[in-house]
Amino acid sequence: MKKFATLFGAALLAGSALSAAQALAADDLTITSWGGAYQESQRNAFFTPFVAAGNKVTEAEYNGEIAKIRAMVEAKAVTWDVVDVDTQTALAGCAEGTFETIDWGKLGLDKSKFIGGDVTDCAVPNILYSTVAAYDTSKTQAPADLFEALFDTKKFPGKRALQKSPFVNLEWALMADGVAPADVYKVLGTDEGVERALKKLDTIKKDVIWWESGAQGPQLLADGQVVFATSWNGRFYNAIKTDKKPFKIIWDRQAPDWDWWAIPKGTPKIDGAYRFITFASDPQRMADQTKWISYGPANKDSAPLIDPAILPDLPSAPDNLKTVFYPDPQFWGDKGDELRERFNAWLAQ
Amino acid sequence: MAMAQALPNDGVMRAADGTPLKVALARAERAEKLKAMALVLPLFAFIIFSFVVPILIMLYNSVYDPDVAENMPQTVVALKSWDGKDLPPEEVFAAFVADMKEAQRNKQTALIGKRLNYEMSGIRSKVVATGRKIGSIEAAPYRDQVIAIDKVWGEPETWATIKRSASDYTPFYILSMLDLRQNPDGSIEAVPADRAIYKSILARTLGISLLVTLLTLVLGYPVAYLLATSPQRTASILMIFVLLPFWTSLLVRTTAWMVLMTDGGVFAGLLHLTGITWFLNLIGVLNGEPQLFKTRFATVVAMTHIQLPFTLLPIYSVMKTISPTYMRAAKSLGGTPFYSFIRVYMPQTLPGVAAGCLLTFILCLGYYITPAIVGGPTDQMISGFIERAINSENNWGKASALGVILLTATLILYYVYNKLVGIDRMKLG
Repeated sequence: MKKFATLFGAALLAGSALSAAQALAADDLTITSWGGAYQESQRNAFFTPFVAAGNKVTEAEYNGEIAKIRAMVEAKAVTWDVVDVDTQTALAGCAEGTFETIDWGKLGLDKSKFIGGDVTDCAVPNILYSTVAAYDTSKTQAPADLFEALFDTKKFPGKRALQKSPFVNLEWALMADGVAPADVYKVLGTDEGVERALKKLDTIKKDVIWWESGAQGPQLLADGQVVFATSWNGRFYNAIKTDKKPFKIIWDRQAPDWDWWAIPKGTPKIDGAYRFITFASDPQRMADQTKWISYGPANKDSAPLIDPAILPDLPSAPDNLKTVFYPDPQFWGDKGDELRERFNAWLAQ
Repeated sequence: MAMAQALPNDGVMRAADGTPLKVALARAERAEKLKAMALVLPLFAFIIFSFVVPILIMLYNSVYDPDVAENMPQTVVALKSWDGKDLPPEEVFAAFVADMKEAQRNKQTALIGKRLNYEMSGIRSKVVATGRKIGSIEAAPYRDQVIAIDKVWGEPETWATIKRSASDYTPFYILSMLDLRQNPDGSIEAVPADRAIYKSILARTLGISLLVTLLTLVLGYPVAYLLATSPQRTASILMIFVLLPFWTSLLVRTTAWMVLMTDGGVFAGLLHLTGITWFLNLIGVLNGEPQLFKTRFATVVAMTHIQLPFTLLPIYSVMKTISPTYMRAAKSLGGTPFYSFIRVYMPQTLPGVAAGCLLTFILCLGYYITPAIVGGPTDQMISGFIERAINSENNWGKASALGVILLTATLILYYVYNKLVGIDRMKLG
């Protein structure tokens, strides 16, 4: 019995030593982003220098599921300290108290220096990206426009890789069905409009491979599994520049959006989270990120520091903006859950 | 009687101190029994915490529904006296405004909206928008001002939905997983066809599992026979072919199938080389090259491959115990090989067949990763939808209800199986 008591005491001691060690490493920040080439660019531009400056970072990946962040916050077990989110997630999360309200004074940053800085109170703009389609020039002829690429299965037989999400897909489907870009959200705001978009997607349903993580689109294209794939423009850029793939981006109806840094509500490491966001919002570091991926920095001060060679590959290049379609993040922040549910039911049928 | 000091003469055997021998023995054995119990206690505790408690929580979550009751306490009380016919009275609107202001302050409007949206598609955004604007309403009359924010509050159906979800417990999740819903008057009806997906998902899950079980049986039975009747040396080499894949991780094997099944991949190349593609095109089954990736075909093939050893091994171990003398006797009595096999050998293997098939079937019901990787959206089974309810919809009620449906289906099948085959006849070796 005495031996048992000794053992028990030793275990207790070990336990307290462990928690002391955890307290020391309290600033081991968990930063979650979208994986693949994008997270690599963030690693090169922000995470590695941040670690070199004496901090600790644990990286995590997700595919943008707001439910994962909500579940943590609702369970009061927040393990992600900083999350890279898209605009609809930032807005939806802000409305329901999933994210901390950003104190720009504490960040030591000037909100007006950031493109879109006043869109939400709960996140700091980080980059501008765009959802686009692309094809392999060695296998596929250039399509006339985006709609021909996605919906004309006669002219371009074969599969298409689309994101397993209603975002942008529904808008593209409506425009392909003849809705004027300006009316897209008026139509999509009604049940009939949603059904109309799904009906248009029905015409290619059996020709679609649905992807979930951003790296899959370029991968399916590279494997020859699909004739057209959608993804975020930086993922295709990375495949073209780094992997020397003969891909070409279709900029027609590109759908630009922001990515943001947000802090899940209730993280115990909020000070570290603020420190990281300040660090990652430095104009030079944000300009550096463009060395690895073709996303435009949201910090206006970064513009003069960007290598001019990448400018034509950014979504904001004038040539790429000719037929741009701007998605409405407020619409998706409000209706995203409903549309995702409807979309998932449609997928399963 | 004068036998006060003597022991009662009732025929009971007694120990030296007068206690009945039975009691004394039980007392002596109790300590031993407790020690023996202590040995199974860890497993017992493990099962309670890892199996019984989670299942109870799941059952509870499938009917527990506190979101509306917690976040709209005054509205819920005010709605109690409403008859459900016309619009609710002014008090309800007053309570609603107070509740919504409180919810807006605590950023809980989205939670209310999320819950109501399960029953009234499209209302989530309206609740959140109403929460943003509710601060502008300062004084009575409330009704018209609330309806002015969004006309959804002017529809009795909205209030009926709130009233229905006011209780802490609801049949809603279980019903909706059976493609049913409650009408405002409490009667139960089918949901519109474009939303009715869960019955077909359940049927799909059962169908795929049954098909895979049959395929593993058809493929595995002859192999098990070969293994059981071959000479030891040959059998052990053959056994390696069965066991090697069995020891390989499920994820690795599924990913391998993904590589084999890609369009223009190894499998398609094989079909092309052997002329099967040409033949299928000729008879009109196929038009061009086969599309295998992300299809039901790929799902069933990969699952059959993974499940094969689970069906095969119990059959094999039962076959090993069948003495060859039975078959010799049957033949010597004039039975043809086929007749002897059907009438004498096969019935003896049934306990193994039963065990192997039940094992495979129940494991198949829970398949998640394989359909997700090699199947398309219409090949996903119940587990895939449970994952989605938790990871991308944050809907624990729905996930629990799907779990309950799956558990119930499994138990019913087990019961039917027990009636048909008899669980005591099952043998794993």
